[in-house]
Amino acid sequence: MSPLDLLVAVPLCCMAAALLLGRAARGLILLAAPLMAGLALWLALLPPDAAYLVGQWELPLGILLRADGVARLMILATALVIGAVGLHALVEPPEKPGHAAQAETFWPLVYLLWAGANAGFLTTDLFNLYVTLEMVSLAAVALAAMGSLAAALRYFMIALLGSLAYLLGVALIVARYDTVDVTLLAQLAEPDLATLMALGLMTAGLLIKAALFPMHGWLPPAHAAAPAPASALLSAIAVKLGFVILVRLWFEAFPAITGPAALQVLGGLGAAAVLYGSVQAMRQDRLKALVAYSTVAQVGYLFLAFPLVAGAIDPGDAWAGMTLQAVAHMLAKAAMFLAAGLMLKAAAGERIADLGGLAQAMPLTVTAFGLAAVSLMGLPPSGGFTAKFLLLTAAIEQGAYLYAGVLILGGLLAAVYLFGALAACFAPATTPRTPVTGGLRTAAPLALAGLAIVMGFGGTALVELSAIAAPWAGPALILPEPAP
Amino acid sequence: MTFAFDLILCLMILGTAGIALFVRDALAAIAFFIAFGNLMGLTWLGLDAVNVALAEIAIGAGVTGVLLILARARLLALGDDATCSGTPLWLRLGALAACAGFVVLLAASVLSIPPESGLDRVVAPLMPGLGIENRVTGVLLAFRAYDTLLESFVLLGALVAVWSLAPAGAWPGRPADPGMTDAPMRRVAGTFGQLLLPVALVMAAYLVWAGSDLPGGAFQAGTVLAGGLLVAAMGGTIGLPSSDRPLLRAALVLGPAVFLAIGLAGIAAGGLLVYPEGMAKALIVIIEYTLFLSIGVTLALLVAGPPVPDASHPNPEGKG
Amino acid sequence: MDLPLSDILSAGHLYALTGAVLVGLGLYAFITQRHPLRQLLAVNVVGAGIFLILGSLGRGPDATDPFPQALVITGIVVAVALTAFGAAMIVRQAETRAAAKPAADDNARGAS
Repeated sequence: MSPLDLLVAVPLCCMAAALLLGRAARGLILLAAPLMAGLALWLALLPPDAAYLVGQWELPLGILLRADGVARLMILATALVIGAVGLHALVEPPEKPGHAAQAETFWPLVYLLWAGANAGFLTTDLFNLYVTLEMVSLAAVALAAMGSLAAALRYFMIALLGSLAYLLGVALIVARYDTVDVTLLAQLAEPDLATLMALGLMTAGLLIKAALFPMHGWLPPAHAAAPAPASALLSAIAVKLGFVILVRLWFEAFPAITGPAALQVLGGLGAAAVLYGSVQAMRQDRLKALVAYSTVAQVGYLFLAFPLVAGAIDPGDAWAGMTLQAVAHMLAKAAMFLAAGLMLKAAAGERIADLGGLAQAMPLTVTAFGLAAVSLMGLPPSGGFTAKFLLLTAAIEQGAYLYAGVLILGGLLAAVYLFGALAACFAPATTPRTPVTGGLRTAAPLALAGLAIVMGFGGTALVELSAIAAPWAGPALILPEPAP
Repeated sequence: MTFAFDLILCLMILGTAGIALFVRDALAAIAFFIAFGNLMGLTWLGLDAVNVALAEIAIGAGVTGVLLILARARLLALGDDATCSGTPLWLRLGALAACAGFVVLLAASVLSIPPESGLDRVVAPLMPGLGIENRVTGVLLAFRAYDTLLESFVLLGALVAVWSLAPAGAWPGRPADPGMTDAPMRRVAGTFGQLLLPVALVMAAYLVWAGSDLPGGAFQAGTVLAGGLLVAAMGGTIGLPSSDRPLLRAALVLGPAVFLAIGLAGIAAGGLLVYPEGMAKALIVIIEYTLFLSIGVTLALLVAGPPVPDASHPNPEGKG
Repeated sequence: MDLPLSDILSAGHLYALTGAVLVGLGLYAFITQRHPLRQLLAVNVVGAGIFLILGSLGRGPDATDPFPQALVITGIVVAVALTAFGAAMIVRQAETRAAAKPAADDNARGAS
């Protein structure tokens, strides 16, 4: 028995059970949240070479599951986020008022998203990744549709195009190399036309899914309009799978092909995303739109890190910075969307100007929003600070002052728009506010935001965890002999 | 087959695709799309990929075609005829240049790869251990069973996603009646449905059974079952069930759940989806039969769409 | 009958090229069509083109690789699942728009 299979099988079991239980399925999260958190912890503590072939079928035919540092951290964060969002959704309905279909289908969709994300983080198989990508996209679009159907339809169409671009790339890889396994491709890849075309197509498709500027257009309307628990899952998890697959492609399967120029393009887009997302966030007058544009900016940091990882002599710090940025954003952004959802319920309207009086009415929720903001701005101590500090160090070491400047400027801009929203909560209320607080409702965002802060104290341990079986650390993984 | 035949087939594929994509009228577009799908099926036959040919004709042309026809009919009832709309010339020219450049690059990439059946050499020696003959079934349900397991949940998830769209006040309810509004047509479909449903069931069961050794399998068979169910529903032979019926839920979950259970039982034998020595064929057959039933029901309901407030007609209902 | 073209172009490559053109045609239609149902149809044509590339490049002289065949079947099933969801969303969107219209102004049209 191994957490590598259970982390996928348990949410799938929950999805099937949820369909059989119907309306009673919501209670399932009380069981699933602690169980999945336990499995994710178990995974984090496995020996560094933890891996196995599904069905014991060897490569190049079979599918290899593997727990590297990225997978361990992403799965742990996913378990914490979905667990907390799920518990929150027990008391704070995730559906539009009166939509019984949404209330019931929310749960199987959440478990589908959970299984798909975990499966995607664990597998090294590019086609298997396509299936997991579709599991996540399907669940994500359906969750987005619970808010705005028009935004979800737009998201769906663009995501479909991204999937097809990725699939076409995989098709070329299958034909060219007779395998789709990342670890084998690392040994086989050659910089010929078909391979370059395949990598370009897969990258383009995944950048759409990860919503990197300028392919981000679908994200703000979809994430801003969805019900808060759905928004939290979309921003925290759905965009991360595309990022992780890109990490697998660029640093593990094809590092020999991805030239410095291409890496600078990704880094440049990342830097542009940080600036553009931040400026757009500053211009929003609706709270959830601000939080959604902040995701566009935060995704930018992930790709700004690409040239820093590739350019470092010892990539450990930049690698950890990139990975921890993903984890810190997952925790902080989920917390922020949940808190924002509660605040908007109590507020006079959905604009930032309507938040007056909330700091007095629901101080714990506003605190959760504030703690999440601290991590997103990159202030110490927080996971966001650790991540951005590691990236900043790497940038300065390499003389990449432009990236260093963007890292600092991005933090300042985030401070401007997030403090703006917080300050609005302290403004006097025009009419008395009825707080929406209590129990799991408030505890979930507070716990997630707290974790984002606590991450800042676990620096060394987290950096070491992220380095497990990292591609730059040499072949830590002893692979089963490929079939002749 | 001669090269001339291949060439003519390819030109016909491109022609039907072109019409399907650019003809003004939506119904004509869908009709040509179905023709296109069937020609694609023929192509797969020519490529000696009979399993894919069956899947393409049944699912790619058949189910997708019916889905599009039904969607178009429902749009038309709302006054939306889904015709091509004119886009600005600059956009068309820009898109044309971009797509042409893209096709040239893609074609060059494709031509740089020699067509080879490389992994057939890896698959062939593993087949005797499974006890089945059909190599594609071997890949789908043994070597890459993990893909197929996840995919069965994608299909289930798609139905959940469709259900999530049910308008306020419609849940739990039945999908809109896909029935013929025209009385004589409904009688024809009714008689046809009564005849077809048992035939479809038998044929589908055979397709599953054949899938171990001959072309066929759970997905192709499931589509045949779905087709039978839909025709029967159109003629009023059977009614589409309410989405909260326990029996329906069980039928939907059965296949994926059994697949998952067998996969988890494999942990006792060494790991997820490990089939114990000598039991591979039996387990594959169990998975395929249960999966085919669930796929059939899921596909039929996917085509039918989300529940509607009044079970009788697809009304443009008020929103909540 | 045999054409000279067959000496330089194998059947596998011919079908793969057809697949490439299908991808391009579908992409062009996806960009230039406004109606979501027509875009959905275009996406399916692109998908069919990709499957054709995948399958035909596995066509060896005496066998067709079962591995890409299985991937194509998986791909076809995923595609129909997504198409069904997309079609349902398109219809629902039209329904909500049609329902909102007579409420806003009183000239209800076409909606039965």
